[in-house]
This record gives sequence, structure tokens and C-alpha cells, in this order.
Amino acid sequence: MSSRVNASYFPQAERVAIFGGTHGNEMSGVTLVNMWIKNRAEIERSGVAVRAFITNPRAVEKCSRYIDTDLNRAFTPENLSTASGDGLPYEVQRAKEVNQIFGPKGSPDAYDVIFDLHNTTSNMGSTLILESSTDYFNLQMVHYIKKAIAPESCMVLLNEHPHLKYATTRSVAKHPVGLEVGPQPQGVLRSNIFESMRAIMKHALDFIELFNSGVEFPACSVEVFRVHERVDYPRDTNGNITAMVHPHLQDCDWEPLNPGDPMFQTFDGRTIPYEGASPVYPTFINEAAYYEKQQACITTRRETLAANAIRKISK
Amino acid sequence: RERERARELMLPALSRVAVCGGTHGNELSGVYLVHERLKRRKKSQVMEPVAVVTVMSNPRAVQRCVRYTETDLNRCFTHAILSASEQTSYELVRSQELNSLLGPKGSAEAMDLICDLHNTTANMGLCLITYSDSDWICLHICKYLQMATIPVRYIHYDIPRSEAYSLDSVGKHGFAMEIGPQPHGLIRANIFMAMQEAVQLLLDWVRLFNSGAQFEGGSVDVYTLVKNIDYPRDPHTHTIIAAVHPDLQDRDFCLLHPGDPMFLSFSGETLRYKGKEPLYPFFINESAYYEKAVALSLARRRKLFIPKKVIQT
Repeated sequence: MSSRVNASYFPQAERVAIFGGTHGNEMSGVTLVNMWIKNRAEIERSGVAVRAFITNPRAVEKCSRYIDTDLNRAFTPENLSTASGDGLPYEVQRAKEVNQIFGPKGSPDAYDVIFDLHNTTSNMGSTLILESSTDYFNLQMVHYIKKAIAPESCMVLLNEHPHLKYATTRSVAKHPVGLEVGPQPQGVLRSNIFESMRAIMKHALDFIELFNSGVEFPACSVEVFRVHERVDYPRDTNGNITAMVHPHLQDCDWEPLNPGDPMFQTFDGRTIPYEGASPVYPTFINEAAYYEKQQACITTRRETLAANAIRKISK
Repeated sequence: RERERARELMLPALSRVAVCGGTHGNELSGVYLVHERLKRRKKSQVMEPVAVVTVMSNPRAVQRCVRYTETDLNRCFTHAILSASEQTSYELVRSQELNSLLGPKGSAEAMDLICDLHNTTANMGLCLITYSDSDWICLHICKYLQMATIPVRYIHYDIPRSEAYSLDSVGKHGFAMEIGPQPHGLIRANIFMAMQEAVQLLLDWVRLFNSGAQFEGGSVDVYTLVKNIDYPRDPHTHTIIAAVHPDLQDRDFCLLHPGDPMFLSFSGETLRYKGKEPLYPFFINESAYYEKAVALSLARRRKLFIPKKVIQT
């Protein structure tokens, strides 16, 4: 019996963007996008216009995460609708420009798919980040990518949390996809990390080309890690950090953390355990950029999502 | 050589020692180590047998968690810069302040020993970096510091004292204590503990030395910088066109032979080491060195014999 009764139909993905340099010191995306702007051959696919784009050129020039404020938190409705003017922080002005070119966010004119390329100092390996548990197009794409790169692995992080979800650069698109590869220090380009990101983008574009050619992708299930909680460093009354990520937790992204397991170590060697009620899967462990966001790690819960079969709407 | 080994060295006590951190504001092991030492000093009023001055070198860069705010502080300690008048940039003013506090460089009032704490993104373990290959204090400290938790090595930059540009050159003896790998802007517990242990061992050595202990002679491997290698770049745009090769990445201090892979271009081509002499690479892929046009440094290694040492009474 065919699964067509539960199939989801999506229009052809005609316009796709690949963003690099949303954070100017995350070098894999900066390097790949600059390369693809110069020579588009590798990212060309039939039936779709693929545009590589540097979202924060001033931060890239300075090799810093941002100039005034984090671009990847700037795509809020307030910012996008605020009037242009000289007093605006650079990234807010930039968010409006990006929204104009690739959006408007939430409208039918917005780009179909945007991939936003990031690096992390955390030992997350290759991670795809989704913002909706019911975007079957995106779920089918990550399922395809995971199969294509096997036996290499790729985790899927789902941030649908009402408070912890944030207004990303890629959220301008109908189907936003974050690609986070680590560990890599800021300002550094590691060959293996660069090539992993490049390979994932290749498979992502292959999927879109197949989808556009009319292939039906059967119903599938995808294991995801759903964002649960943000955990800050222990701090003193002045806000200074009083402990470091414990050596037993350091680099253990995606591994289970049970109540009582070591989580932090004070500067004089005392262990502070995880005090949650149930096991969680931490990620973004010791990301350098998150010290100022009061985040030592994010805890997640494992979940299996079901995705309908998908197929292009035939004209 | 027999005579050199049997020779005893008599040297004056090290009565004033400085431990500096945050010379680069985003190299956090030293920042937190200095922060913790200053906190404990306030609490306990401990009288130490040797006067140890603990200094946060670049507070503004530390506050912003950046390497520097206007110019690299650790290049501001040449005689020319220290003696220039009317400095306005933050780091140039600060280098003169530090020279007053810990120097003046080249004078009898300067600190006996400066240990300047740094981190690197390169996989270098712990390195003492200094300008001399005949400073027996630094060499004996390196020998004493051999630790189980992390490899300890001695790097020598053959630059005359007058041109030495880093903070550690302000003292009569000095070195940068560089530990990696650690990304800038974060703190790894294992790296912090290694640095803490190393600083403790350093201060233990100084106390022992000052109280008349003798240290056996022996040998230390010294890595002397020969040259720096830049990234391959596009001849017109000057942009980088290759990454450190996966076979070289993280292989600091593994001998590099002529013909060994060095870079992997974005178009998939392997670029090889073209030198004639096998050399030891270090500072492989240090993020702060991209702007200094250094992908890696290369060193010659030789074994140095150090005489037995006693303090002058």
C-alpha cells in the first residue's frame, strides 16, 4: 500500500543560499563561501539557483565574531522592522539588508532554503541544526545527508525551545538549516573540519537537486537531540567564573550525563556534580563564544521524529 | 666536555620573581591563574620566602577577551619602544608601565626572573620560550619542570637581547611559558591544571635554589628557531589557498622531512616541504599568527649539557 496518502508536497526549491561569515572568525564557512563566490562550479545544480554569500563582511575583515552585536541573534521582528538610521548597530542594519535580499522573513518571496555555516570550539563533530520538528522537507534532507556520509556521523540538534530558540540569520528562509562543525578554535582553519563541512554541503545540494527532479522520499524517522536547558558556569557574586568544565565532561558532547556525574571543577580542584533529575545529553560544551552568553553547555533530550514522505508539487 | 659536566656553576639568588598573565587577553589559563593568585594573596597574607609579584599584564584586553586592543603588547618591549616618548596607544603606554614595574629592562633593578603565561592553539604541550641557549637558570628550570601530565620543551629564539621584544625580556632572566592546545577565549581544566602545576614547580625550584640546594647537571633538548613558513597564497589577491595538511596538523615537534606533506590546497593538491634539512615544526596553525603570516615555525634540535648548579652564598 503506497504511503502517498501521508505524503507532504512542497514546491520546487528554486532559490537556495549558503551563508558564511555570520560569525567572522568561524573560518570553514568564510573560506568555503569565498571560494564558491569566486568559482561556483562545485555548488551548481540543475533546477536551482544557489547563491554563496558572506553575511557579516566587517566581522570577517576583522576576524571577530561580530562588530556591535551577534548577527545570529539579530533577526527579531523588532530589528527587522526598525527604521534605518546612523545610530543602528552594524549587525541590525546588516540584518535588515539580508532580510531584504533573501526574505522578507515569513513571506512567500523568501528564499526556499538557507544553509548557515558555523564552527564551534566544542567537540560536536558535524551537527545539523533545525528549528522545527514538523518541517518534513528539512527532516528528509538531514536523513538523506546522514545516510550519504555514513559511516561518518552527523548529529541533529533541534532548537524548538520557546525561550532558548533565537532569531537566526538563516530564519529568513522557508527552510533554515544550520551547519555547525567542531572542534575548531576561532580564527583557525583545520583541513579536516573544512573538508567535512564541504562534503555535507555537497550532499545537501544533491538532495535538493533530486527533490527538484521529482524523486519521492519515503516516510522516515530521524533521531534528534532536542534542546532542553542552558547551564551556566558557577559564578561568584561579582559574576566571575569560579569553576571550569570538568575534565570528564570536556569533549563529551552527545554522551549521556547522569545525575551525580562530574560537571565542573573549581580552580582548587573540587568537583561539582550535575544536579538534574534525569539523564541528559549535553552539547556545545565549552564553546568560547558562549562565556558571555552565560552558557557552559546546553542539555538536550534524545527523541525520534517521524517525517512524512515528501515530493515536489508537479505543475 | 667532561670538564664542563664536572664544572659547578655559582649564581646569585633569585630574590624577585614575577608571574605575569593576560599579556594576551584571550589566553585564559594565565588570566585565571593570575586572577586566582591575586585573590588568594588578598585572603591569606602569606609571607613567601621569595618575593613573587603577580601581574595582569593587559587588563583592558582581558576585560574584552581579545588578544590586544590596539597593538600586540608582547611585541612592545624592545629598547626602542620602551625609550620612546609620547606614546599614546594603550599597549605602548602599558609596556612602559610594565617596564617601570618589572624593569627597567637591562638595569640592576629589574626582576631576577619573569615567567609570562601564554596559551596557543597549536598542539605544543608546555614550552619555555626564551632568547638564550646559555641561560643556565632557564635551562635548569626546564630540566626540573619535566612533568608526567604534559611534555615540556625548551624553545630558543636566537635574537640579541637588544632586539628582544617580549615581556619576559624585561627581567634578568625570563621566559614565556606557553601551553597548548587550547582555543583562545576559553579555559580547559586539564590545561589550567598543567599550568598551575608548572608554576608551582617553578616557584618550588626557585625556593630550593635560593636555600642552597644543588641541582645535578644533565642535558636539555633545545629547539632553536630557524625559519617561519607562511600559508600558500593567491599571487594576486594574497588570500590563503591551502590549509595545514591533515598529516602535519597537531604534529608539533614531530620531525618534518623534505618531501613530507605540509599543506592541502582547497583544490585538493598536496604541497610538500621543500627545505633540504629535516626540521622540527612548532606553532603549527596558531590562530594569532595568521595575521603575522606564519602557518608554522621550524626549528633545529640539539642536546645541550648543563653544569651542576649552586647558589652563590
